[in-house]
Amino acid sequence: MKTLVFVKQVPDTDDVKLDPKTGNIMREGVQSVINPFDANGVETALQLKEKYGGSVIAISMGPPQADDVLKKSLAMGCDESVLISDRALGGADTLATGYPLAKAAEKIGDYDLIICGRHATDAETAQTGPIIAAFLGIPHVTLVDKVEIEDGWAVCRRMLPDRYETVKVKLPALITVCAEINSPRYPTPMNIMKALKKPRAVWNAEELGCDPSMIGIPGSPSSNKKIFEPPKRNTDTRFFEGDTEALARAIVDALEAEKLI
Amino acid sequence: MLIQLTEEQKMLRDMAREFTRNEIAPRDKWMDENGFDWDLCKKITEAGFMGANIPEQYGGGGGGIVDTTIIANEFAKGSASIATFVGGHWLASNLILENGTEEQRQKYMPLAVEGKIFAFGLTEASAGSDAAGIKSIAEETEDGWVLNGGKAWITNSGVADYYVILALTEPELGTKGISAFIMPKDTEGLAVGKFEEKMGVRGSATCELAFNNIRLPKDALLGTRGKGFVMAMQTLDIGRISAAAVCAGIAEHAMNLAKDYANERKAFGKPIKAFQGVAFRFADMYAEIKAMELLAFDAATTKDAGGRCTLDAAAAKLFATERATQICIQAQAVFGGNGMSKEYDIERLLRDARVWTVMEGSTEILRMIVSGNVLAQK
Repeated sequence: MKTLVFVKQVPDTDDVKLDPKTGNIMREGVQSVINPFDANGVETALQLKEKYGGSVIAISMGPPQADDVLKKSLAMGCDESVLISDRALGGADTLATGYPLAKAAEKIGDYDLIICGRHATDAETAQTGPIIAAFLGIPHVTLVDKVEIEDGWAVCRRMLPDRYETVKVKLPALITVCAEINSPRYPTPMNIMKALKKPRAVWNAEELGCDPSMIGIPGSPSSNKKIFEPPKRNTDTRFFEGDTEALARAIVDALEAEKLI
Repeated sequence: MLIQLTEEQKMLRDMAREFTRNEIAPRDKWMDENGFDWDLCKKITEAGFMGANIPEQYGGGGGGIVDTTIIANEFAKGSASIATFVGGHWLASNLILENGTEEQRQKYMPLAVEGKIFAFGLTEASAGSDAAGIKSIAEETEDGWVLNGGKAWITNSGVADYYVILALTEPELGTKGISAFIMPKDTEGLAVGKFEEKMGVRGSATCELAFNNIRLPKDALLGTRGKGFVMAMQTLDIGRISAAAVCAGIAEHAMNLAKDYANERKAFGKPIKAFQGVAFRFADMYAEIKAMELLAFDAATTKDAGGRCTLDAAAAKLFATERATQICIQAQAVFGGNGMSKEYDIERLLRDARVWTVMEGSTEILRMIVSGNVLAQK
């Protein structure tokens, strides 16, 4: 079984600060890490490999320093990595990101499963995975928290807000995984020593055979007009004192006074 | 940094840092109160740290001294106890790796990788700094050895699966009559005492061991008979490099705790970092931590290159353990009265650093080694 796993480098924080003037993400002093959900994706791919055999190729698109997340993926146990790096790909929206990623999957070829994180913690669009599947003309299943392979089919459990849904999909297919699917392993010292000796390709847009009108800013039908932080809500915090009974009474009184109960 | 890490070593550092932040640091207070943490030990094994120093052919990470020094340094930023535990395990397993027969290596190295804990026993109740004064004795018999005596202050004792024990085989030959033996924990005649209530590094296990007519097979002898003391001294060089890196880690941890507090705590209408009496402490702390790191990694690099590092390892440990203790006191002072409370972690770090001024060669012994070497140089 050949699995491709897409990984993205993101700032290491859930509390992303925006530059009030430009609206851009402020990256100064913030470490870059592998998108946490993509780490779940790598772990999923590695567990499937351990169970069913085969190989795992990690792929990332970004500036040269995005290679760090690929190095980590290799150290976790992926067999090969591909970095897609080209200035012409900069400024891409989700459509113009999904396209070269799909071209990379086509170039590698012969894959059974593609795994992405449910979304990236920086932009949180959750679109890139499904877009890759659409370009490749393969089915996709999002929000997967459990996956088994059965005779050329993937049996996936989707974690929805109010229920689980089990979907059986013919391979090759693409899935996006939730954090609940697993706990990503740490790269062991032994795997770290081996990581950089594995095949590591770097491809540009031309090598991928991308149509120049479909990548970067020209290929992006959407763009961010303005990014802003939502206004902070003023919360009225009150502290009560006393024993459990007195506290309970005070809370009920306060809620009643506000006509909330 | 003067010492250039390889790409792999940077990855190892990042991984050890991430592991420390997520898994080790949150458990340090618990370990201080409750002792050894078996669950964390399991995670450390799964992440491959127990065999980080063991060659790949035995299933390990194939790391050198620089690599293990990186890990010890990072671990100590989250827990001195865990850095002590792993360091003790590496030290003992390394003795077998360096001095064992191929048969012994093939038997024990994979066990060390898969999480069996190793401990090295040199110190006795009446012989610490005077290591040559040990009284444990191993008498040769037809089919092996009979071991009597005991050990004290042995890191990882009580939790270890295997012990490397030094004992006299030819008492009349002094240090040349000391040999090393490998002994499993369930050996008949081995009595393990209660856990010592130590001042610091309380998450690392320390017990007394008593040997009552323990019968060991012939192949329990590690390396050459009579070479136990030399083996121990060479191993202590590595232990001292690790100690320096651990203390650099403890000091950095202390500085970072104090930094957060100095940013938050207000006095006279300003954050206390605005006062030079507080701020200048950080200049000294930072400079000394850098010096500790350089001393530790310089000695580690020498050792990895195959050179002798007894002097530099001793100097690194001497400086790092003493200055780390002082840095913890300085950092504690930033906390004022709160620094005295167990609610704030800084007092624990001071206790941890203090213990390291005695372990692996006390400050006084290190001064003897360093001064002796320096004065003998022409």
